[in-house]
Amino acid sequence: MRRYIFDRLWQGAVAILGAVLIVFIAQRLAGDPLGLLLPMDATEADFAAMRIELGLDQPLLVQFWRFLQSVAVGDFGYSYQWQVPAMELILDRLPATLELAVAGLVFAITLAVPLGVLSALYQGSAVDRVAKVFAMLGQAIPSFWIGLLLILFFAVTLNWLPAYGRGGFSHLVLPAIALGWYPVAAMTRTLRSAMLDILQSDYVRMARSVGLSERAIVWKYALRNAAVPLATMIGVYFANMLGGAFVVEVVFAWPGIGRTVVEAVFSRDFPVVQAGVILSALVFVVVNLLVDLSYGFIDPRIRHDR
Amino acid sequence: MTAKLAGESRLEKRSPIGAIREWLGFANFPYIAATILLLVLFAALFGSWIVPHAATDINLAMRLTPPAWMDGGSVAHILGTDNLGRDIFSRILAGARVSVTIAAYAILLSGALGALLGMVAGYFGGWIDAIISRLIDIQMAVPSIPLAMLFAAVLAPGEAMVVFIIVLSYWTWYARIVRGEVLSLRERDFIALAKVAGVSTWVIFIRHLWPNVLNTLLVLATLQFGSVIVFEAGLSFLGLGIQPPNVSWGGMLSDGRNYIEVAWWLITMPGLAIMMACLASNIVGDWLRDTFDPRLKQS
Repeated sequence: MRRYIFDRLWQGAVAILGAVLIVFIAQRLAGDPLGLLLPMDATEADFAAMRIELGLDQPLLVQFWRFLQSVAVGDFGYSYQWQVPAMELILDRLPATLELAVAGLVFAITLAVPLGVLSALYQGSAVDRVAKVFAMLGQAIPSFWIGLLLILFFAVTLNWLPAYGRGGFSHLVLPAIALGWYPVAAMTRTLRSAMLDILQSDYVRMARSVGLSERAIVWKYALRNAAVPLATMIGVYFANMLGGAFVVEVVFAWPGIGRTVVEAVFSRDFPVVQAGVILSALVFVVVNLLVDLSYGFIDPRIRHDR
Repeated sequence: MTAKLAGESRLEKRSPIGAIREWLGFANFPYIAATILLLVLFAALFGSWIVPHAATDINLAMRLTPPAWMDGGSVAHILGTDNLGRDIFSRILAGARVSVTIAAYAILLSGALGALLGMVAGYFGGWIDAIISRLIDIQMAVPSIPLAMLFAAVLAPGEAMVVFIIVLSYWTWYARIVRGEVLSLRERDFIALAKVAGVSTWVIFIRHLWPNVLNTLLVLATLQFGSVIVFEAGLSFLGLGIQPPNVSWGGMLSDGRNYIEVAWWLITMPGLAIMMACLASNIVGDWLRDTFDPRLKQS
């Protein structure tokens, strides 16, 4: 187990290092930042001085090392646009994005659990077919289009819910559905096949033969065990949702990381883009790591000792 | 006697669809999805010849005309017009061309890159495999939308950038699966015999490995078509992909957003196009996989 944890931590560290390297390469592709930093009437000497100050005269490897050092302490420089540290700006928006991602996840689970269980119990029934249609549509309908349709129906036509911005619970409903839409399909399918396996297992047959009620068997025994593969997926999808939130946040004018980064892309505010990308890669890696490590706690049979 | 009669009448009542299936020799062939997919490809190839209006023709007198079946609709504009009086149907056909072209380039390039790296990693193993596998890990650890943002911020927007970003996020898929296939192919007798016979590595790749992974690649490519179309539409929707005056489905949705309160068709029609194209290619891809490469289902 210890060996496994060590391996996974090492892999996570390599992945984050790789992400930082990609950001560094992109930064170099962006060209000389001096034009943006210096006033229009700057002289050649000003440029040379600034270049030395920023370390741009050093070899690339040295520059990458310095970049790593500043990333390690969360220093991405100041936002060109807002004149505040870029990381501060991003961290400021993090709660809004997390709130949206959690709400999306809650929506996905509340829909996927009954759909998955019922479609396993009643194979080939109407519920099963509805779940199948959901699965196909889930992959084919992009979140931004679902978002627009939700605004069209519930905000514009029916006027039930607000279409834009962050506020109380009512503001959260539509964006959470748009964001949670995609994972419903995959979660339902995973839960369905896990339930089907378990309902045919020996211990369920045993429970039936001693006369336990079908309801107790399904909800207490089968679902608990079928929840293991689902739980591992939930972590992966949560991490994905933080990325998916980029598009949904723009649709609903949700003041989170995604919208901030998209706006920063338009105004070429590179420090903010960097901070946003590295933070989302970090969250992605950490969440996936936690999920992998939690296998052993959720299901003691899967302890990684070899 | 009765049994024979029943059998005969069943034969006579055989539906034309059943006949097509039998003729093609495939069970469960998804004919509706395949037809839609062919229509999308047809629109992409010949759309510019059959459109009633040019996609960028502005006609302010006809602005925000609803679809033909609604009050105030016009037969000249079947799916209505946008805020500049441009014909939605013509723009959807033009958008099909952009979407399909980009998807084709992106899938070809990411498939070629992924297949090459996957074959090299699987065949040679050792440190080459270690490096390529780590690269795949890193690539998969960076979520693709933030990655797209990063390069959108530094590269000039447009078709080439969209293709680049898609290739960057999708090659790992091909690489991972091809690597796995080659790992097992490598142990097979015909490869070992080819080596013993002194066949060059290059020829082993072209003659012996490539034909064996081609099936898998084709299935993966079909399955990715829909997902690439959605990805491109997302980038264009954010304004980071295809730039006007070029038409894209994502861009049409983004334009239509501002008129959501007065013209529902502006955001409905392009979205339907995205959904149909994606749904059709997913269904055809699933069928190809189940028919030609059922092992892929587990991965």
